[in-house]
Amino acid sequence: MGDSARTTVVLPIHIKSAESEAFLEPHRYKVVSGPEGFLPPAAASMGIELPEQGEGLIEGARVPAASALEEAATRLVNANNPTFFPGPLILWNWKDGIAEKAQALKDLADTLGAKIIPMPDYRPKYPMINPEIEVNPNHPNLTIWHNKIDVCVFIGVHCHYANMALKIIRGGTDCCTIALCAEAGHEDAVISLRDFGLTDLQALTAAVNRLKARG
Amino acid sequence: MSARIVSISPAFEDVMPNEYKELVENGPYGKEYKVTDLGKYKELVEEHPLCAGCGLALSLRLVLASLPSPEDTVIVGSTGCSALVFPQVGLHNVHSLFGNQNAVASGIKRALSLRFPDHVKDVVVVAGDGATADIGLDMVMQSWFRREKIATIMLDNEAYANTGGQESGMSMEGTVMNMAPKGKVFPKADLPKVAEAAGCVYVAAASPSRPGKLGKVVRRAILIAREVGPTYVQLLSPCPTNFKTKPSDTLVSIKTREKEKHFKQYEYISDDAQSYLNALEEAGRHG
Repeated sequence: MGDSARTTVVLPIHIKSAESEAFLEPHRYKVVSGPEGFLPPAAASMGIELPEQGEGLIEGARVPAASALEEAATRLVNANNPTFFPGPLILWNWKDGIAEKAQALKDLADTLGAKIIPMPDYRPKYPMINPEIEVNPNHPNLTIWHNKIDVCVFIGVHCHYANMALKIIRGGTDCCTIALCAEAGHEDAVISLRDFGLTDLQALTAAVNRLKARG
Repeated sequence: MSARIVSISPAFEDVMPNEYKELVENGPYGKEYKVTDLGKYKELVEEHPLCAGCGLALSLRLVLASLPSPEDTVIVGSTGCSALVFPQVGLHNVHSLFGNQNAVASGIKRALSLRFPDHVKDVVVVAGDGATADIGLDMVMQSWFRREKIATIMLDNEAYANTGGQESGMSMEGTVMNMAPKGKVFPKADLPKVAEAAGCVYVAAASPSRPGKLGKVVRRAILIAREVGPTYVQLLSPCPTNFKTKPSDTLVSIKTREKEKHFKQYEYISDDAQSYLNALEEAGRHG
């Protein structure tokens, strides 16, 4: 291979300008509801970055956390069958503060009239799982198909299992995914918030109430 | 990690599947059940994908029923048939790379000791004969040399059973299997003696043909490892699939081995371990 074939084009991505953003935007991978295919790529491998502190993700784009929270509230209020998937970190009362967070999540679900389908652990229970009453990260699509869920919320699920389940959902269903993560957030969710605690849950409930009142 | 981890957040009690509620209300956490209590409570493992008549499945069920504090136990497993069961077990368990189990367990034990200095956590290695006596022997022996306070339990099915049937260091001399057609040309390794020489303060060999004895040695090994030093238990767990015996004859084959003096129950208790057991007895906790 000659030298000319090795020429590298360096994109001026360090220059923040409307022109460069517009140049890059059409090529940005968007994390949207599926079904995307049997093996969708991990969003991280498509260039989606985790949000920084104070930020969230909407379809893979980093936005202020308040915008992501507002978008999550909007999608939940407009959903036909919003469903919460609480994971082991909030289902089990394993440390101080969890019971309060669990109650806040229950209040949010009640406000929305949403279902709660738990993910008590990660044992690969296929094919014995009852998708009516529980969700398993190894085949979350079964629960979504069975219950016709159009917007689901992950909360209290350990990150590595959440990533896997979110990817499976994007691959095989048309469900919109929202990840309310107490750690660094999730690239594979359509909407993701990070460092999500009790006050954030209460803020989301307030946003839902505000949107519902607006009608 | 404590009994709290098996209590349900009050807000979610109504949505939790019954299987989990039953495990919380009627499971072994915090109860100190023994093998003789089997059938009275919801067990930590109820379904598994192992072969019919698997000796390893029998041993594992009894091991899980003998844990002194399941809510404060972490099991470290390794590659092998038993690794297929652990995802089904209602207990903290870690799968390590093939042979690394005792190194991983050492790290977990030390980390837990730092994180919970006032609360004892049991770290128990449960691995097959390939992981313990062959591929992982280096890591196993080094953990014994370092006197790590972990219990090592070998589920000895005397073969590499889920890869078509190769001989292991624990196979009997002359053993013929699908992928060992000429027969093994050297004797079964005497790992209990190796463990003793390497610093284990408690060593035992048992089998599921005597469930009470198996439960007792497992419990002793875990309790002694808490305070005194490394312990080792070897559980003969024959494989009907590879040794082409009837699934219903698994326990019969162990008893035959015992009768023919090819296997014997064995127990070595160091002086320090015996003193500790005596203290437990005096305190009303049966060692």
